[in-house]
Amino acid sequence: MTSLQKFAAMTLTGIALATVLSVAMMRTSYATQFRNIPNAVPSHQHWLGTDDLGRDRFTRLVYGTAISLSLAPIAAFISVIFAACIGGMAGYLGGAWERVITAAVELVLCMPWLFLLIAVRAMMPLNISPLLSVIVTFSLLGSLGWAASARVVCASVSSLRDSEFILRARASGTPGWRLLFVHLLPNLKPVLGAQFLISVPVFILTEANLGILGLGVSEPLPSWGSLLTELESMHGFASAPWKLVSLVLLVLVVISFQLIISSDEVSA
Amino acid sequence: MKRTVLAVLACLLLLPLGLLAQVRNELRFYLHSDPRTFDPLLVTDESSDTISFLTTGRLVCVNRETQALEPELATSWKTSRDGRTITFKLRDRVFYSDGSRFDAEDVAATIKRMMDPNTHSPFADIFGAGTLTARIVSPLEVKIISSTPVAGFDRIFDQIAIVSSRSPLKEKAALGPYFIADYKPGSFIYLKRNPNYWKRDGAGKQLPYIDGIRLEIQANRDIETLRFLRGEIDLINSLDSEHYDQIAQSAPASVHDAGPSLDSEQMWFNQVANAPIPPYKRAWFRSTNFRRAIAFAINKQDLARVAFGSHAQPAVGPISPANKFWFNRNLPPAKYDVNAAMKLLQQDRFRLDGGTLRDEGGNPVEFSIITNAGNMYRERMATMIQQDLSKIGIKVNVVTLDFPSLIERITEKFNYEAALLGNINAGLDPNEQMNMWLSSGESHQWNPREKSPETAWEAEIDKLMKAQSVSTNPAQRKKYFDRVQEIVVQQEPFIYLVNRDALSAISPSVIGAHPVVLRPETFWNIEYLRLGSNARGK
Repeated sequence: MTSLQKFAAMTLTGIALATVLSVAMMRTSYATQFRNIPNAVPSHQHWLGTDDLGRDRFTRLVYGTAISLSLAPIAAFISVIFAACIGGMAGYLGGAWERVITAAVELVLCMPWLFLLIAVRAMMPLNISPLLSVIVTFSLLGSLGWAASARVVCASVSSLRDSEFILRARASGTPGWRLLFVHLLPNLKPVLGAQFLISVPVFILTEANLGILGLGVSEPLPSWGSLLTELESMHGFASAPWKLVSLVLLVLVVISFQLIISSDEVSA
Repeated sequence: MKRTVLAVLACLLLLPLGLLAQVRNELRFYLHSDPRTFDPLLVTDESSDTISFLTTGRLVCVNRETQALEPELATSWKTSRDGRTITFKLRDRVFYSDGSRFDAEDVAATIKRMMDPNTHSPFADIFGAGTLTARIVSPLEVKIISSTPVAGFDRIFDQIAIVSSRSPLKEKAALGPYFIADYKPGSFIYLKRNPNYWKRDGAGKQLPYIDGIRLEIQANRDIETLRFLRGEIDLINSLDSEHYDQIAQSAPASVHDAGPSLDSEQMWFNQVANAPIPPYKRAWFRSTNFRRAIAFAINKQDLARVAFGSHAQPAVGPISPANKFWFNRNLPPAKYDVNAAMKLLQQDRFRLDGGTLRDEGGNPVEFSIITNAGNMYRERMATMIQQDLSKIGIKVNVVTLDFPSLIERITEKFNYEAALLGNINAGLDPNEQMNMWLSSGESHQWNPREKSPETAWEAEIDKLMKAQSVSTNPAQRKKYFDRVQEIVVQQEPFIYLVNRDALSAISPSVIGAHPVVLRPETFWNIEYLRLGSNARGK
C-alpha cells in the first residue's frame, strides 16, 4: 500500500468515524423544519446554515453521509454476490454456457439502467417508509449493477479454470464443489474485493444522480443526492458557498475509493 | 505582436456589427422550445402561442390589464338573446403583412377550417359537440351561428386568430403587429414589424414602435437569467421565485411581482370506487370531515412563504383572486387551525393514540402523496405537508415519480392515495374548466368519468356548471359559478394550497411595460412597447 493509498484509507475511516460520532451526538432531527429561518447563513446553532425549508444543513449532511456510506457498500456487496454467481458460473462451465451468459451480460450492460431504475422504482408500492425506500433504492442499485463486475469475474474464472493447479486437481478426481469452494473462490478474493471497491463509489454516484432527478431517497430522509440538488443552479452555490460541503465530501469519498482500488486492482 | 494584430482585426470585424446593432430597434427574449406549429388554429404549446399572439389578429381582445373585452378587428359585435348567434362588424381598410385585404370572407374561412374535423383544431373543442357556421352578411359584417347556446360567446373570439383565405402565404400572412421573417429551428425566430398593421397610437403614428423581435430558443432557465443580467435579452416572461430573487439581488428595478396568477397548486385524495386501495382508506378519503380536517391542518401561509419565498398566496378556492370577474369574494380566507382539524376528525371517530391518529377500526392514519419528481416547489410543499400532518398524528409518505408514471397512476390505474399537482389556467371563463367539474369529466381527478354523480354535492355542481354553460346572462352565470366555488370549498375534493405569483423580469430600457397576471404577462401590449436610450445596441 502506497502512502497515498494509506492517506485515502485514513480519509475514509476519518469520515466514517466522524459521521458515526456526529449521529450519536446530534440533538436536532434532520427533518425538523425551522420555518422562520429558511436558507439561513451558518451560525453557531446551524453550522452550515439551513436549507430551503429551514432544516439544519449540517444534521442533514451527517445523516446523508451516514446513509450513503452505509448503504452503498451493502449495494456493492449484493452486486458482487450476483457478479460472482453469474460470472463465476459462466467462467466455470465454459463453452456454450459461457457464450450464452456472456451475451446475457452484454445485453444487461446495454440497458440504460438509470431509466430501468426509474421504471422499477415507479412500480414500487407507494406506502413505504423513507428508510425502507432508501434500502430498496440501494438494493435495486445492487441487484441491477452487477453486469460489469460479472464480466470481469467470468474472465478471471476462465483463466483459473485452465490453470495448471485446477487441471491437476481435476486429474486427481477432486469433485466440482470442492474445486469451486476450495480452489477457485479463494483465488477470486482479490478480484471480488476490487469489484466491491469499484462498485461502492459507482453506487454512491448513481444514488446522487437519482437524487438530483428527484427520484432518490424519499423525503424527509437526506442523502448526498438530495443534498446536491441545492447546487443545481449556479446561483445556488455562488451566493452560499457553504452549500458546496456536500459536494466536497462526495468528491473526497469517491476519490479515496478510487485511490484504494488501484492497488487492489493491480494485485488482482 | 501577433496577438495585438489579431485583437485589432477582431475589433475591426466587430465594428460593423456594432453599427448594425445601433440602427436596430430590436427586442430580444427567449422561447423555451421550438414552436410546434405556425398555424394559429393548431396551437397547443407555449412557444406557438407566443408566435401566434405576436403575429395574428383577433376579432376581439381581452385587455390583459383590465380583463375587459375590447374591439380589435371587429369594431362592434352583438350577441343574440338565445346565445346562438353573434354578429361582428369588421374594421375597414385592414391589410395582411403581404398586402392582401382582410374582410368577412377571412372570418368565415377561419371558422370553417377551425370546425373541420380534419383540421383537428383544439379551438373547435371549446364548442363541444355543437357546430359553428359563419354567414357573410357583407364584406364588413359576418354572422357566426352556433347550434347550441354558448355562454360568454364573444370572449371566446379572443382566442381565435383570423387566417387569410386568399393570401398565398396562408397562415403566415400576418394581421398582427409582426410577421415571421426568419426561422432557424433550434436557434431563433426573427419577427419583423408588420408594415400594414392597422393599429395607430393617440398621435396617429402607426404601431408597433419596435422594428423587430428576436426570439432565441433556449430551454435552460439559468442561461436565460444570466443573459438577462448581462443585458443580452430584454425580458423574461415567466420566472420562478428562485430566478426572480437572483435577478432582484443585482437588478431590483427589473423584476416585477404582479401578484397571484391564475395558476393554483392543489392536492386531492383518490375517491375512485374501484381504486386498488384498502376500503378503510377509501372511506377516509370519501369523508368530507376528513378532507376538511386535512385542509385545516395544512399551514398554507407557510407553504406560500417558505416553499415559494413569499411569491405565492394561500389559495382560497378553485378560482384565483387574479380572475377579477369570476372569483367569489365571499369565500372565507384560508385558515390554519389544528384544533378545528382535530374536532372534525373526532366527529368521524378518529382518535389520537400515543401520537398516532387511528380510525374507528384502529387503523393508523397513514397515506402517501405522489407528485412529479424534479418539481422543487411541489417537493417542498409535500415535505411541509408531511410535517404539518404529523402534528395531528398522520404519517405521510412523500413519493416523487417521473411524470409519465404519475399520470398513468392518476388517470388510468388509480393506484395512488393522494396527489399534489398544479392547475395552469390560461383562460378566465369557467367553461374552460367544464371537464374538471362535471362528474363525467376526464379531469374530474378525484373520481373521473363517473357514470352518474356519486354524491349529492357532485350532482349539484353538475347542474350548476351545465346551467352556467348555457346561460347568456353574465350575472346569472356568476351566481351559478359562485355556488360551485362554495361547494368546492365546503367539500374540499381539491385542497387548494397556493396561487403562485406572476413573476417576470423586464429590462428598464423597455418603456411602456406593465406586467400583468394574464398571459403573456410582459408583452401583452407589445405594440406600445419602446426601447429606451439605454437599450442594448443603442
